[in-house]
Amino acid sequence: MKFHSFLIKYGEIGIKGKNRYLFEDALVRQMRYALKDVDGEFIVHKAQGRVYVDCDGEYDYEETIASLKRVFGIVGICPVVKLEDLGFEQLKKDVVAYVDEMYPDKNRTFKVEARRSRKNYPMNSMEINCDLGEVLLETFSEMKVDVHKPQISLNVEVRAKHIYLYSEIIPGAGGMPVGTNGKAMLLLSGGIDSPVAGYMVSKRGVGLEATYFHAPPYTSERAKEKVVDLARLVSKYSGPIKLNVVNFTDIQLYIYEKCPHEELTIIMRRYMMKIAEHFAKESGCLGLITGESIGQVASQTMQSLAATNEVCILPVYRPLIGFDKQEIVDVALKIDTYETSILPFEDCCTIFVAKHPVTKPNLERIKKSETHLEEKIDELYNEAIRSVETIIVK
Amino acid sequence: MEVYLDNSATTRCYGEVAEIAAKVMCGDYGNPSSMHKKGLEAEHHIRDAKEVFAKLLKVDARTLYFTSGGTESDNLALIGCARANRRRGNHLITTQIEHEAILNTMRHLEEEEGFRVTYLPVDENGRVQIEALKEALCKETILVSVMYVNNEVGAVQPIQEAVQTVKSFNRNILFHSDAVQGFGKYQIYPKRMGIDLLSVSSHKIHGPKGMGLLYIGENVKITPIAYGGGQQKNIRSGTENVPGIAGMAKAASLIYADLKGNTEKMRMLKKHFMEGVSTIENIRIHGLTDERSAPHIISVGFAGIRSEVLLHTLEEKGIYVSSGSACASNHPAVSGVLKGMGVPREYLDSTLRFSLSEFTTLEEIDYTLETLYNCVPMLRKYTRH
Repeated sequence: MKFHSFLIKYGEIGIKGKNRYLFEDALVRQMRYALKDVDGEFIVHKAQGRVYVDCDGEYDYEETIASLKRVFGIVGICPVVKLEDLGFEQLKKDVVAYVDEMYPDKNRTFKVEARRSRKNYPMNSMEINCDLGEVLLETFSEMKVDVHKPQISLNVEVRAKHIYLYSEIIPGAGGMPVGTNGKAMLLLSGGIDSPVAGYMVSKRGVGLEATYFHAPPYTSERAKEKVVDLARLVSKYSGPIKLNVVNFTDIQLYIYEKCPHEELTIIMRRYMMKIAEHFAKESGCLGLITGESIGQVASQTMQSLAATNEVCILPVYRPLIGFDKQEIVDVALKIDTYETSILPFEDCCTIFVAKHPVTKPNLERIKKSETHLEEKIDELYNEAIRSVETIIVK
Repeated sequence: MEVYLDNSATTRCYGEVAEIAAKVMCGDYGNPSSMHKKGLEAEHHIRDAKEVFAKLLKVDARTLYFTSGGTESDNLALIGCARANRRRGNHLITTQIEHEAILNTMRHLEEEEGFRVTYLPVDENGRVQIEALKEALCKETILVSVMYVNNEVGAVQPIQEAVQTVKSFNRNILFHSDAVQGFGKYQIYPKRMGIDLLSVSSHKIHGPKGMGLLYIGENVKITPIAYGGGQQKNIRSGTENVPGIAGMAKAASLIYADLKGNTEKMRMLKKHFMEGVSTIENIRIHGLTDERSAPHIISVGFAGIRSEVLLHTLEEKGIYVSSGSACASNHPAVSGVLKGMGVPREYLDSTLRFSLSEFTTLEEIDYTLETLYNCVPMLRKYTRH
């Protein structure tokens, strides 16, 4: 079946009152972005309170659907057949042919739902419903009508120039269009969790920036490349991501030299948060995002989270906080980041991990340990920020 | 300064090799099986290449087959011979320190095709134990495969002794040797030595990648492992990689033009490097260091430093080396070769392989030593406790 258009269903945008156009415009923008690399000519437009993707020429159907399914804000995608209005007799034939091709198994219930935006059409909606229902029942003896819970809802829309026919709804990503809720800074590692966390927040309409802590020679060029790849996979949903690659080696070694080893991870993470927050503020992000989930590792106990949280003023969003590992893996598989995440390159968190890191850090003690860093830490901190490498990932 | 000391992983192509490959690609691009003149030109390149290898290996040109590399040569030799000779027995012998191309092919034959495989242990120098070979040989044995030079530590295997042991037990047992690290460093005459099958790779001798050779002795029964147009006497179907073949032959003739000079130079640099590196505390050079080790491979353990970290530290200074063998480095498992040699624990995941080529200079070796003198103590300050 050749579809000429896609009707886009969006959920929550519909209830946004006077801001509605902002949300719709963002949705249209994100859809255009998602479709820019798909083979075919697409016209994304708003009409009568709906969003359509018109594609009259040749295009790649599978890729189009796959791309639209990654646009946040879309609840459903309806592939539409656009018919010339050549009179009602022709419409009957076309509807029969459509049903015949779409549903090889005819043993189903259906309902015709006609709507007319062209009010001067010679028949009203009810008459169209009845007459099309009749011809379908006559042609396909196994089909039955069910007006309450039909298996096939056959929509017939009589519009200004054409008649639109659709009956299938392909589920979309849900959420809200990116760009309607500001920007946040994702602390991106090479693991499974942080890309999922970025995806989850972005789903609520938030644009992403990311910060990655690189520790050469303890982490390799390949580990960095893996993070860029992960950012690229997330950006298929969130749109372009500005990735800050921070060289963290000197800070890490300095902490290692001066502080108790069992506190290393916590202190390190406190500095990571500080640096990420610096970049977040610099580029107008409204919060930080991490992939932490309570109790997953020593640095993610309630006490540890409190200790790392304490260094920031910006809110820290932790969308996975109540997730079990398997639940996180399930999302990673769904958004296609899992395979990249499990490639075996060390990230800098695992290099100097003590055998028995503190699981219930005492904030006062941590702060006291940090006083040992006073001599050089500001200089190292400024150098890490100054030497940042910025990569635009899309 | 850029110092490439990973020549056992792959080598830089000779300029002349790239030239002739380009000439074949753009000029003599015919299909050697075509009946017209263009096809004949291409066929001439293959014939000439075979002549080059026939002379170098002192074998008949008709016993040479071109493949896509060392891995395919090994697969064809092992699988092809195992299948063709299965009526005579189902026992195969190899060593614990072979390249994955041998080990995983053997595992396949073991698990999927019902052969029994014995993996021979090595001594503390990484050399196969002839006594163990004697014990393993039995009435069912049809094939023995022992590598020429080990790729991780450079141990030269006692091939002649192994061949004699096998052939005096039963001269019908086939002997295969993976000479990927040996060819281009040694004069290897398989027929005279009693080797029935020999694998060679092109990109380890400054030739193009994706190119290899298999010598199959005259009376060896072998069956193809891929089917197609029947090229190369139906043993290895598929249009021949003519530019690769011409390039590999060029590389081989260049590397053998001054084999003695080149290997002596490498040996001198190796000795210089070993002396220098030995002044660092708590290091260990694995395996032998005399003539029974390859001129181009030095395997060194640096206690207390994970090999990956030292590798990236050297990389920052423009020095490129491997941890263990490059093929195995992307799945960070501890080297089976070092374990098999009984290398102490603290060196197992702290070992780097430095491998030289004829392009390596004294200046480069000194720069590498200087870098190690600076980096090793610095890195040892920060180790995991």
